[in-house]
Amino acid sequence: MLAKRIIPCLDVNAGRVVKGVNFVELRDAGDPVEVARRYDEQGADEITFLDITASSDDRNIILHVVEQVAEQVFIPLTVGGGVRCVDDVRRLLNAGADKVSMNTAAVNNPQLVADAAGKVGSQCIVVAIDAKQVAPGKWEVFTHGGRNRTGLDAIEWAQKVASLGAGEILLTSMDRDGTKNGFDLGLTRAVSDAISIPVIASGGVGNLDHLADGVTLGRADAVLAASIFHFGDHTVREAKELMRARGIEVRL
Amino acid sequence: MNKVAIIDYGMGNLRSVAKAIEHVAADTQVVVTADPADVRAADRVVFPGQGAMPDCMRELDARGLRPAVLEAARNKPFLGICIGQQMLFEHSQEGDVPGLCVFKGEVRRFPDDRMVGADGARLKVPHMGWNEVWQKQPHPLWANIPDGARFYYVHSYYVDPADPAIVAATTDYGIPFTGAVAQANIFAVQFHPEKSAEAGLQLLSNFMSWKP
Repeated sequence: MLAKRIIPCLDVNAGRVVKGVNFVELRDAGDPVEVARRYDEQGADEITFLDITASSDDRNIILHVVEQVAEQVFIPLTVGGGVRCVDDVRRLLNAGADKVSMNTAAVNNPQLVADAAGKVGSQCIVVAIDAKQVAPGKWEVFTHGGRNRTGLDAIEWAQKVASLGAGEILLTSMDRDGTKNGFDLGLTRAVSDAISIPVIASGGVGNLDHLADGVTLGRADAVLAASIFHFGDHTVREAKELMRARGIEVRL
Repeated sequence: MNKVAIIDYGMGNLRSVAKAIEHVAADTQVVVTADPADVRAADRVVFPGQGAMPDCMRELDARGLRPAVLEAARNKPFLGICIGQQMLFEHSQEGDVPGLCVFKGEVRRFPDDRMVGADGARLKVPHMGWNEVWQKQPHPLWANIPDGARFYYVHSYYVDPADPAIVAATTDYGIPFTGAVAQANIFAVQFHPEKSAEAGLQLLSNFMSWKP
């Protein structure tokens, strides 16, 4: 059986791993290569880098980070943040990324999803969706770390990018991100049930049961978390052992 | 010096394959190349592929690599990966395109009506992630890899060989499908050994010391 994936996420700012709460108050969490290698040793199924570097002068640093990680860590790497065009996608893939995630650029220009998937294949294209609940059973897509509303319905947007050629959805609840209160399971399940491509649940993990809930109740194909792994609260292996104990298929 | 050529026809990142082989095989020269002469000069050949098979076939021919690939598939240790496995077959449903016809059989898409898991939940396509690879024949490339070890897959199409004797492994995803094929000097896998952690590195190491 296909295993549900656990994906540690590293927010990278100018070459350093950081973690914020609700996208503010960044705390230093280490060297990306070291952190990635540690997660690989713990049995992470993939690693995601989100480049949050603001300065355009530092934008190429992420390419070097990806190159270094890809030389030492032989599991899939996804990289997102600041991807604006097909050339950005190519540069990241050539540096050693296996998948590239896009967010704001896809909202601004949905054709980018189709163009990128056409050039490099759907399997390399992840669309990241940041969503906030706006009514019961209804979520809106936001960009710029939750600051800008788009008017797009999250479920409809997921269906649209899937039809344009996205290979996977990275779904983050902006209401939950950084809160440690668990995934927005309603959002996760609504999106996962609405599309035929895999969904990665993100935003809000505070304990290991939250990860399992994302799979069992949210029907996510993979679960992503940052802070519970970065600060040594839990290892990926502990997360997998708990998921297995709850009857979830994992790679251990 | 063991010289391995990774055939580069412009489809996808081959850096990971090269780095993984360098990681497991000391005293090896790894060449990522689009030059048929390099392929002919190599001791072993890796034939990868990403994206859509019609694009892969077109780019392969645009670079004049088809004769060198077919020659290598006849006479040296040859490892096909992902679309590099699919292209060895006669035909793909993806884009209704002919392949290289090294093996008889069809490349098929996962059937929508069978994509239901044991718990009744929908199975997503692409089939993405770590799944169990069940070995169907003893083979030097399976050395030190437990039966049922998990490898990383990402694909929507799979090979359906006409000759069941070449099936080297199967994996279950809604249906049992062929995860690896083997015949003489050829071993070809749908999964990505270069992204499959220890099991994948072991397979690449086995390939580098394989004497078919």
